[in-house]
Amino acid sequence: MSKEPVAVVGIGQTKHVSARRDVSIAGLVREAARRALDDAELTWADIDAVVIGKAPDFFEGVMMPELYLADALGAVGKPMLRVHTAGSVGGSTALVAANLVAARVHGTVLTLAFEKQSESNAMWGLSLPIPFQQPLLAGAGGFFAPHVRAYMRRSGAPDSIGSLVAYKDRRNALKNPYAHLHEHDITLEKVQASPMLWDPIRYSETCPSSDGACAMILTDRAGAARSPRPPAWMHGGAMRSEPTLFAGKDAVSPQAGKDCAADVYRQAGISDPRRDIDAVEMYVPFSWYEPMWLENLGFAAEGEGWKLTEAGATELDGDLPVNMSGGVLSTNPIGASGMIRFAEAALQVRGQAGEHQVDGARRVLGHAYGGGSQFFSMWLVGAAPPQS
Amino acid sequence: MTRQASAGIRDIAVVAFAQTGHRRTSDDLSEVEMLMPVLHEVLDRTGLKTSDIGFTCSGSSDYLAGRAFSFTLALDGVGAWPPISESHVEMDGAWALYEAWTKLLTGDADTALVYAYGKSSPGPLRDVLTRQLDPYYVAPLWPDSVALAALQAQALIDAGDTDEAALAAIAARSRSDATANPHAQLRGPIPHGEPLVRPLRTGDCPPVGDGAAAVILAAGERARELCARPAWIRGVDHRIEAHSLGVRDLTDSPSARLAAERAGAFERPVDTAELHAPFTSQEVVLRKALKLGDHVRVNPSGGALAANPVMAAGLVRVGEAAARIHRGESDRALAHATSGPCLQQNLVAVLEGDPR
Repeated sequence: MSKEPVAVVGIGQTKHVSARRDVSIAGLVREAARRALDDAELTWADIDAVVIGKAPDFFEGVMMPELYLADALGAVGKPMLRVHTAGSVGGSTALVAANLVAARVHGTVLTLAFEKQSESNAMWGLSLPIPFQQPLLAGAGGFFAPHVRAYMRRSGAPDSIGSLVAYKDRRNALKNPYAHLHEHDITLEKVQASPMLWDPIRYSETCPSSDGACAMILTDRAGAARSPRPPAWMHGGAMRSEPTLFAGKDAVSPQAGKDCAADVYRQAGISDPRRDIDAVEMYVPFSWYEPMWLENLGFAAEGEGWKLTEAGATELDGDLPVNMSGGVLSTNPIGASGMIRFAEAALQVRGQAGEHQVDGARRVLGHAYGGGSQFFSMWLVGAAPPQS
Repeated sequence: MTRQASAGIRDIAVVAFAQTGHRRTSDDLSEVEMLMPVLHEVLDRTGLKTSDIGFTCSGSSDYLAGRAFSFTLALDGVGAWPPISESHVEMDGAWALYEAWTKLLTGDADTALVYAYGKSSPGPLRDVLTRQLDPYYVAPLWPDSVALAALQAQALIDAGDTDEAALAAIAARSRSDATANPHAQLRGPIPHGEPLVRPLRTGDCPPVGDGAAAVILAAGERARELCARPAWIRGVDHRIEAHSLGVRDLTDSPSARLAAERAGAFERPVDTAELHAPFTSQEVVLRKALKLGDHVRVNPSGGALAANPVMAAGLVRVGEAAARIHRGESDRALAHATSGPCLQQNLVAVLEGDPR
């Protein structure tokens, strides 16, 4: 049996900000969902099922909030699934929703991910003390900084690479009306002069804490045929997981990330990602993860990723644009961050990315990761329907 | 009729089931330690190793564990190396099974490991579950799960659908049936007890406890290789209702009925039903919504009144129904799982054995 092709026909986001005090959690998610429906020119009645994702429930202080959000998302009388796979959840949620269409269980599915971080404090939400367990310390930066340091040592990359990534992503964000950080006066010198938080990660090389939601409408061939705007077609999607800590784990370039990318490329018929993929929207919460993921995803040989960054290849007008939206470095409603990556990939191949559009983007990779560099979800979308 | 029936649905079965002995506390065990024996047992039943499994999916709640990303440690129990294709729902494991079922339907995998676990003992469960409610208008009032179920029970009594004697009979039957279930937490003659929140007495309420469960799914011929009598999933569907109790008729469960209809439950009678009804009164609602007559064997395991490990109890229902088919004690069984206050969200699976 063959899978039903999956198309993205609607995308909606909120304007990501540090605190949306004007709306409830329900109001926030409904805003994104409504925009996705409007984009697809569909109504709530056209939706067969809702798949929602977010990161830990402690971030808002609501246990399994999808129960309370059923009404706001028009899910009453419909199936509603709640995915939680740590930081990769936004991507995983889209993939679970895509499976419902691919398996022909449903025709049209609303998928949405959100975080309203202003309801609580993510850093301390991640740091609840558990008896007899190793603490994660304060937030994610302290956990990932040693991995960045290991990458620098292993690759011999110059210290300046991280600031180049941050400077690029924050400038890209200026072209994206939905991005959280709009630093109109940003300069490379300002990035390099920002305070050191977790050596070697500086303040301007870290993601913000955002309130935001992102929604997509996924549908089958019949749904795509009715779409008023060009759909993005899913050519491949995969998830991979490995344990948090174990002897022999490569924290710099985890095997699960390599395996996940290889699975997606196999499905999509990609033999040389550097040549066959036009742009990448990847999950870079700390600037140095751009060169690290470029290697992990096969866009550069091991130890060479930083050279793409240094040469400007990953700039918006480079030959492999990375994080056209401004990335996680400019917008980070944690649970939604993976889906924003997936949605940006779809916007690009639909030709609807506005000022941050990459000319002629035909095949774009969306990438998310989470936990201790252990959960990966990715999809590759194209402007043309898949061939199989 | 659902799309799935017209789509040349792939035959997928539950081929193995394992669960912990559910108990009031497990403070001598971490979640991984509680889960690992169950994972080993369910794999042993099929002879499969972790590396043979095509897809893994789990269900659990950070709020029970009291820590963020609690499922990442459980993954250590699976042994996710080399890396595995894996996902997690912040829902009862029955919904993890649903996700795995859709994954197998796509043809991307032929086998799936599904597990769920929950430790209710570390915190006051009635208080913890209030955090599921509308955070602006309801949760600040801390209405607990027993109080909300009592509202539902009173509505049923007022509507003439049941009375305290009938509820007591459900409690007694469940605990009596549980005597044959070595995994049950409450079994044998249990007094109906004093009122906890009127009209519910202690006997009408589920035990609070810790536990884990796991099942293995397999598609087509793979299922027949792994199990002498696979429990074929003829249909599975789930539906959610409005969150606010004020806009719902608590004496009915339209979401359970619709899920059952979409799962094909009404096409032919079932001989067995495993209902996730933590309160006696909820069995009354579900029997009506699911049109279960007196000939149907309801909760031969004792149901959630005998053991209710939150986040796993729904998956246990699917596992118990499947195990009866494996053992030849049922030919067509309905399994049900619920989530949310007063049966807000419901899942129904219809399982069948090959003709004997």
